[in-house]
Formats: sequence, structure tokens, C-alpha cells
Amino acid sequence: MAGRLRLTAQALSIALVAGLLGLLVWKIATDEKSPVPQAMKAGKTVPAPGFSFERLDRDGRLSLESLRGKVVVINFWASWCGPCKEEAPALEAAWRRHRNRGVVVVGVDVEDVASDARRFARENGLTYPLVHDGAGKTIERYGLTGLPETFFVRRDGKIVPKQVAGRIDEEELEEGIRLALST
Amino acid sequence: MRRALAGFLHAFLVVSPSGLASESSPTLRELEGELMCPTCEGETLVESDAPAAERVRQLIRRMIAGGAAKSEIKGELERQFGPQILAAPARRGFDALAWLLPLVGIAASAVVIGLLAWRWSRAEPRPPAADPSRNGRPEPEPELERRLDEELARFD
Repeated sequence: MAGRLRLTAQALSIALVAGLLGLLVWKIATDEKSPVPQAMKAGKTVPAPGFSFERLDRDGRLSLESLRGKVVVINFWASWCGPCKEEAPALEAAWRRHRNRGVVVVGVDVEDVASDARRFARENGLTYPLVHDGAGKTIERYGLTGLPETFFVRRDGKIVPKQVAGRIDEEELEEGIRLALST
Repeated sequence: MRRALAGFLHAFLVVSPSGLASESSPTLRELEGELMCPTCEGETLVESDAPAAERVRQLIRRMIAGGAAKSEIKGELERQFGPQILAAPARRGFDALAWLLPLVGIAASAVVIGLLAWRWSRAEPRPPAADPSRNGRPEPEPELERRLDEELARFD
């Protein structure tokens, strides 16, 4: 009786430790690091991490995949972010200037209250597509270090090695779009 | 018995007394302690003065003013920000494991301790302590003792 009890306890302990070890291995194996920051530093191109989020400017969802074949300017922002307000006119102007050349500006609203983001868009007259990433899923995927941050995606879905962390101006926008269109 | 246990678990997992008290009329103060700041690492709303936390507080104030129940406010924030906005895991689905596993652990420990106590209480009595005059040496076998007595008798 005592021997069997001890054996059962030992088996349970081993199973518990093995289970915890398995969980740890699974966590490490599935904890993928974004290749984007490394590629940006090295001046290389990498496929833009995909996303699909609910739209703020209208009903439905928008995925990056659905924009394949177009140059996409991805701007990460939030309504509580001061520099995001400052750069909004430049982004809107770039969208209006290049939309007929197959260029799309997509604003990804990160870790923000959706109603605040809609008000921000209204107040700043934004007409380009806006999506809501409330949970901040793109932060790790794109290796964001803060807001705002802007990336340029080529027609083939790869990111141009030119990323602008912080407020972007018209000159930087033009340069990024030119690079994305030329490759 | 089974029904009582189910009732206890239901009360524990779904409608705790404090939850009932504040469900219909939540306050910003209590919700601040139960929700995380979306942009801060490991800080609840009450601990954070980040701009994003302030936006969430404003939303909560608006929803409270609109008569929303606590679960509605938390549900809306979870929908917008994901489950990580909740300071404690949800008491449903996979997250309920975080609440159930400690209970299971306590129950399992109680069973193990009970079994051990039962075993110890039924353990065989120990043999009587050795004769102190033997200086820790074992008691000789009867045959050996007999032969020893014979040998010693020859010297008498």
C-alpha cells in the first residue's frame, strides 16, 4: 500500500515537472521575435508582418494582405499621442497626392480607445483608411519602440528599409513613397 | 453534496459577494484597481498617469454616467483592448484555470496530507528500545547465547 502510494506520488511529481517543462519549451518556441528591427538596421527588406483589424473609418475589417499590389504607408498612431496630431496633416496630404498612383496610407491606431480615435480622425480631417489595434498586437510584430512610427511597404509586400520613428514630415514621406514605388 | 460543491464553485467563479455589490453601480475607483493601463508594463489604471490610462479612465467615467454595469464596462474594454486589460484573469474559458488550479492544488494537498496522517497512525509499533547496558550492540541469537554460556561455564 505504502509502496504503491509512494510510486504514484513520484509519478505525479514527474508528470507535473514534465508538464511545466513542456509549457516552458512551448512558450520559448512560440515566442517569435520580430525580424523587422534587425532588417531595418541592416538595410534589408523583409515581408511586412500581416494584420487584420476592424476599421475605424467605416464598418468591416481591413487586412494588409488585401492591399498586396499597392504601396502601403503604415502609420502607427494613437489619439493620446501628441506628435501623432502634428504629423496627421502630412499623412493626409500624402494620401491625397498619391492615392491615384496605387499608394495607400493606413493608420493603425494602437492601444487606444476607439471612440477617441474616431474623434481624432474627425478633428484632423483624416480620410485615409484607419484600423483599430486596441490590444497592441502590431507592437511586437513590427518591433515598435514608440508612437508614432511609419513604415513603407512595397507592392510585393516587403518593407522598404526606411522607417521613421517619431513625427514624420512631408519630405520623409515623399522619400519613403518614392523608394517603395521604385522597387 | 455534488450540488453543494457546484453551488460553491458557481458562487466563487461567477458571482462573488463583492461582485454582486458593485455590479449595478460601479465606481471609477474600484474599476481602476481591476483594469490595467494599456501602455504600461504591469501597472493598473490606479497606478498609472500615462495618457492612455487617462483616456481609459475617461471612457469609464462616460460609461458609468451612461448607467453601464460593471460587467458591461469591463466587457467593452476587453473587446477593445483584449483580455490583457483585465488585472485578474477572466473567470471563464481557459482563463478560469487560473482560479481553479489553486483550489485543485489545495484539495490535492489535503488528500495527500490526510493519506499520510492515516498511514502514520496505522504504522506498526516499533520494536522495544535496545538494552542500554548492551552499549548499542544487538541482542545475541538464542543459540549463540547458549553456546556462549557453555563456553563460559567451562572456565568456572
